[in-house]
Amino acid sequence: MAIEKFLVEASHIMMFARSVGDANPIYHDEDYAKETELGGIIAPPTFAQSSAQFDPDYFLRPKIGGEGWFGSGKEASGAKPSKDKGGDGGGAAMGLHAEQHFEYHLPVKAGDVLTATTKPGNTWEKESKRAGKLKFSESVTEYRNQNGELVITATGVGVQTERAVDS
Amino acid sequence: MLKENEIKVGDTHTAILVEDLKRTQIVQYAGASGDYNPLHTDEIFTTQVAGYPSVFAHGMLSMGLTGTMLTNYVGDGALKKYGVRFTNQVWPGDTLTGKATIIEIREEEGYKVVDLMIETTNQNDVAVITGNATAIIET
Repeated sequence: MAIEKFLVEASHIMMFARSVGDANPIYHDEDYAKETELGGIIAPPTFAQSSAQFDPDYFLRPKIGGEGWFGSGKEASGAKPSKDKGGDGGGAAMGLHAEQHFEYHLPVKAGDVLTATTKPGNTWEKESKRAGKLKFSESVTEYRNQNGELVITATGVGVQTERAVDS
Repeated sequence: MLKENEIKVGDTHTAILVEDLKRTQIVQYAGASGDYNPLHTDEIFTTQVAGYPSVFAHGMLSMGLTGTMLTNYVGDGALKKYGVRFTNQVWPGDTLTGKATIIEIREEEGYKVVDLMIETTNQNDVAVITGNATAIIET
């Protein structure tokens, strides 16, 4: 996966910060942020995750005029039932997020234009009482700014479960 | 930023991240992050098709809420690293408390940094996130 243009915008940062319960003015008040050492509005530490908005093929977003969305509408799911059903736990088969790691090399600021490239990392398996066989896979995403500088390295670990996780 | 002469190994910082998590906040996160997986916002799909008792929060929402606690503690632009494991799901109605514990104060690439152990627990004292972070401190 590659994202060619991840526009870091102040209003997006404001909305993202609100959604994670962060009232820090460095994320929404330009006048305040200008007076800080950082010199302007910056992105919160997990903001890079919202690069999904800029991935044209991101599979967890309904596509305009595209193929059916698997969430509910008239029916409980818009997806066609799969033949090799097994106990795949419906949406659980797509995988859950097991781990996420960020390394911050430079601050991400409102006005930055980032690119992101993702490479697959390690894969491994594990047995679990709560969800059957677990298949883990890692992906490493490098975010670079408009000057070509590496700003964030993000490592995600996804897990595919055999069935829905017992709570 | 944390100041070296004001902190020591073993210091902790805790904060309530969210009380009685609302489905609407999960929707808010879906909209902001762009992750519209129906498992987080579509009760009908999640209960009838995916087989979960209700929708549940994005792991990244829990990490984001925990990140708010973390940056309120270490200051803006101070984080060098922040990583977590999602150890349990977070459900609507949950109340989450985040805790950061200083485990080491050391030097890295010419900076003084602090290593933190992170844990976010729900109202039943079950860990939903465990992780670690490294932040630059003032000398």
